[in-house]
Amino acid sequence: MKALSIQHLTKVYSNGFEALKGINLDVEQGDFFALLGPNGAGKSTTIGVISSLVTKSSGHVQVFDVDTDEDAEATKAYIGLVPQEFNFNGFEQVKHILVSQAGYYGIPASLANPRADDLLKQLGLWDKRHTPARALSGGMKRRLMIARALVHEPQLLILDEPTAGVDIELRRSMWIFLQAINAQGTTIILTTHYLEEAENLCRNIAIIDKGTIIENTDMKSLLNRLAKETFILYLSSPLSTDFTLAEVEFHQLDDTTLEVELKRGDSLNHLFATLSQQGIEVNSMKNKANRLEELFLDLVDKSEATL
Amino acid sequence: MNTKLARHKVAFNTLFARETRRFLRIWPQTLLPPAITMTLYFIIFGNLIGSRIGQMGGFSYMQYIAPGIIMMSVINNAYSNVASSFFSAKFQNHIEELLVAPVPNHLILAGYVAGGTARGLFVGLIVTLVSLFFTQLNIQHIFITISMVFLSAILFALGGFINAIYARSFDEISIIPTFILTPMTYLGGVFYSISLLPEFWQNVSLLNPIFYMVNAFRFGMLGASDIAIEIAFGIILVCIISLTTFALYLLNKGTGIRN
Repeated sequence: MKALSIQHLTKVYSNGFEALKGINLDVEQGDFFALLGPNGAGKSTTIGVISSLVTKSSGHVQVFDVDTDEDAEATKAYIGLVPQEFNFNGFEQVKHILVSQAGYYGIPASLANPRADDLLKQLGLWDKRHTPARALSGGMKRRLMIARALVHEPQLLILDEPTAGVDIELRRSMWIFLQAINAQGTTIILTTHYLEEAENLCRNIAIIDKGTIIENTDMKSLLNRLAKETFILYLSSPLSTDFTLAEVEFHQLDDTTLEVELKRGDSLNHLFATLSQQGIEVNSMKNKANRLEELFLDLVDKSEATL
Repeated sequence: MNTKLARHKVAFNTLFARETRRFLRIWPQTLLPPAITMTLYFIIFGNLIGSRIGQMGGFSYMQYIAPGIIMMSVINNAYSNVASSFFSAKFQNHIEELLVAPVPNHLILAGYVAGGTARGLFVGLIVTLVSLFFTQLNIQHIFITISMVFLSAILFALGGFINAIYARSFDEISIIPTFILTPMTYLGGVFYSISLLPEFWQNVSLLNPIFYMVNAFRFGMLGASDIAIEIAFGIILVCIISLTTFALYLLNKGTGIRN
């Protein structure tokens, strides 16, 4: 079953700006799906239409086979939304926010209270349950929004930049939490500017640019399209002045740092063997850039060129 | 009970509880000021000036103005509660909590209006208790008194909701109360009987819906009115139906809340 199906979706704002130009998109149930795109590409508008915050101009959106035009209440009940901007009442207490949100979905307080307690504990907000939301730190506010989106146990969780401005430790703990939610069967759609995040978490991906889907595939196939990869090698001793590497493109960044470009299919073993033969020992290495980042920039550049 | 109906009931109760919690939490801004202001009205207009005016409509001036002052506080508070709460929800974007949830528009409207009505009636009760320090109120028609104050609170809560839908800044939610609501209240016969006015201004007063509410409420409390009570109920019901229809139209269209 499809968790989400979008057909020919368009959105033209009242100022004439065409944010979505007839996009089609399917997300399977249980998927962890990345929706990527540069700023202003149409990601938030798409999410806004799915979650009823933005009125579409034309097209259809179905959530678990229910059309939003036919039964908006049913589709809303399926969805949990974590928006980009903080959108809770800062004067309300943390727990009240969760229990009220559950109430809007028809969940009585007797059920909402233990659920809210459980989420507050899981997301490390238990000690802050009686604190007004405005007094929380940025990271805590993000976690509160995730808890709020989950309190009615949605089958489709949509996260719009959930880790923006969050420190790396918290970001990683949020990844683990989201992976656990997904493993329990919740379909997740994620937009993010951290492409490493999308690469680590998501199985399928769509890239949107200027209101058009320019790529929609699985993460593995997309990464396999990389024509070349660039590695930085950190060496144990300085290179000699006459150092050379046959058949491999390289740049010497400094005495002990080497940048090596490998074509798709080139073996790392072969590179290490060649270096070893010359008595060069490699201490550590890393990818110069995130692989998805390179592809993303390449695809968006191509999209710009065709416009 | 039907599942959908049960879900809607919980949603409405939640919204109503949230709205009530809000005005109780900020009681120094919502409940205390009307109590102080209306006490001053009773002291200055009722006691000091009223004692020189003598009788009006067969009652002491204090007794005559008490229903109007109670009604004035109900109207103002019902209106401003919804106007400020709904506008704040828009301003802080937490209206989105409701828009993404399966809460139909008529329940959103009902929840906010119920919250505004509750504050209006709560303040009305406080002002009534204050008035008892200054005068005696022997309610003549309890059903008319309660139903009129209740309907008036609903009507002005609806007005506050529509104001908040259109408002784009906090200034715009104070323009209507300052320039329209307050003059209409003062000219609605709170402090005088329209029989004191020249005929032309008596006819102008008949165009003011607050005039009917104040008079019907005064009739309920004192048994005296400048107009027929049936007309007052008819006008207020027509106004409630019109504003409810218009507010729902705006909500369904997404005016001011959806892109």
